[in-house]
Amino acid sequence: MSKKEDVLLDVRGLKKYFPASKGLFGRSREVLKAVDNVSFHINRGETFGLVGESGCGKSTTGRSIVRLYDVTEGEIWFDGSNVAGMHEAQLKPFRKRMQTIFQDPYSSLNPGMNVTQIISEPMEIHGFGSPQERRQTVLELLDKVGLKPEHAERYPHEFSGGQRQRISIARALSVRPEFILCDEPISALDVSVQAQVVNMLEDLQAEYGLTYLFIAHDLSMVRHISNRIGVMYLGKLVEVAESDELYRHPAHPYTQALLSAIPVPDPKAVGGASSAMLQGDLPSPMDEIHGCKFASRCPFATDRCRELEPEWREIAPGHYAACHLHDGQQ
Amino acid sequence: MKWRNVLTQLKEQKAALAALIILAVFVLMSVLAFLSPYDPNKIMPMDKLQAPNASHWFGTDDYGRDYFARALYGGRVSLSVGFLSMAIAVLVGTAVGTVSGYFGGWVDNVLMRMVDVLMSIPSFFLIMILNAYLKPSISTIIIIIGMLSWMNIARIVRAETLSVKEREYVLYARVSGQSRLNIILKHIVPNIMPTIIVAATINIASAILMESSLSFLGLGVQQPNSSWGSMLNNAQGYIGEAPYLALFPGMFILLTVLSFNFLGDVFRVAFEPRANRR
Repeated sequence: MSKKEDVLLDVRGLKKYFPASKGLFGRSREVLKAVDNVSFHINRGETFGLVGESGCGKSTTGRSIVRLYDVTEGEIWFDGSNVAGMHEAQLKPFRKRMQTIFQDPYSSLNPGMNVTQIISEPMEIHGFGSPQERRQTVLELLDKVGLKPEHAERYPHEFSGGQRQRISIARALSVRPEFILCDEPISALDVSVQAQVVNMLEDLQAEYGLTYLFIAHDLSMVRHISNRIGVMYLGKLVEVAESDELYRHPAHPYTQALLSAIPVPDPKAVGGASSAMLQGDLPSPMDEIHGCKFASRCPFATDRCRELEPEWREIAPGHYAACHLHDGQQ
Repeated sequence: MKWRNVLTQLKEQKAALAALIILAVFVLMSVLAFLSPYDPNKIMPMDKLQAPNASHWFGTDDYGRDYFARALYGGRVSLSVGFLSMAIAVLVGTAVGTVSGYFGGWVDNVLMRMVDVLMSIPSFFLIMILNAYLKPSISTIIIIIGMLSWMNIARIVRAETLSVKEREYVLYARVSGQSRLNIILKHIVPNIMPTIIVAATINIASAILMESSLSFLGLGVQQPNSSWGSMLNNAQGYIGEAPYLALFPGMFILLTVLSFNFLGDVFRVAFEPRANRR
């Protein structure tokens, strides 16, 4: 599907630490390691899914890539340029090429602006066309995302969640980006609307050759849209593989547990995978954990897991995992 | 859509409706003060200290000047001091509050410590001292009151900015490369407008009170011009023989301040119906 050489986004050793408590003079004493040494790449034209529990750092990873946050350490290569260390002024051309769709359709649109103003804003920032041309583009985009021309003058509160998300998509498309960060774009929508939005994202990807980083916690939808999937746990990437490979042969115990949590439509099909259900709670990301971060909840954990952090290794072609269970392979 | 709530609130609360009517009447009277047949500053010793009667509705003062005309022109001063110093306070307070809240970090620290310092100085004494050095005039008073009453607004605006700046439309504006100034002007200020309006309404009331107190102490508007506060000052000496001299300006100040406070309350409830239901 994708050529191995054509990498659009290459994330290397990304770290994002947040100061968690402040000392007397505002210096931070403790840090929250939201993203801790994460590396992956996304090929041009593909969809990379990023999944994990709430608080695992998947949104922080995405937001660091579009440089909503300053990166603590690491490199983010976007089409040959490292955007991780850039200043706002240097970033501006990349802000056009990387767009974002956020999770909450009720807070991602300014309630005081009408649809035309909302969708034209990125075009105004990046100097696209004259006001008339921008208006024309807005109408074309509305058509593209399945809204009507008369919606152009309305305000966000007049729309449903799904319609608002379509407006967000139209806004992201207005500056012809190459890469779109989809930060849980369907999590807040009804299941029936989710499918429509996902299908629309796929159609638009085919039409414009877009590359997606698709963040979600719903594995069934992610499998549908993603070419490859990364699984995160406590700020670390634990497994990356092609989606079908990941679903058929999950290598990391955490991935196995996540997959077993997908509801099965057949009520008689109990047992089997569901035996791998997770025990216990997510440890605090503030804790300093030695060895494998998942060891406290892992049914297969050994002493080795608790002492030595597993290395990131390729266990099958294109299938990477960080787990001692696979030390022997390859 | 929130303005509809204001109408509903006004209908529900008769006191607030009365407040609005009173304010409208006062503003209208001050604007149309020139229709009065009397010159507010013309001294007529023969007519001095007349009780209210058909030709002088509010009577006359110790120089025989028509008290009704003086109250009208005094209202001009009091109301315009209230509105204009509120405008200054809102501008400065909103600018400081949004910048402080949006940028955070050391900018926030410096600005908020400045606010703390200004708030810890009793502003009334500061105004008295400043007035001693500056030539007292209406514009000086407006600027001084405005520059010393923005701190509360700045604090409220900062708190609101902190909450609005985490909304996803602000995050989107940031990742799409919008300038900070435009984010504040287009995305933050319009969405904290209700808070600003409430704060501004209350601020007018306190500015009017401040001006009246200053003029009462003789530090505000200078003779022969009048404001409600200076009229009260003048009435002091005649409180036994002509109590109406104190009654009229006193009532005007009371009603105006009370009305603005009522109105502020209506705005507050109307803009945040859930949090403030009484």
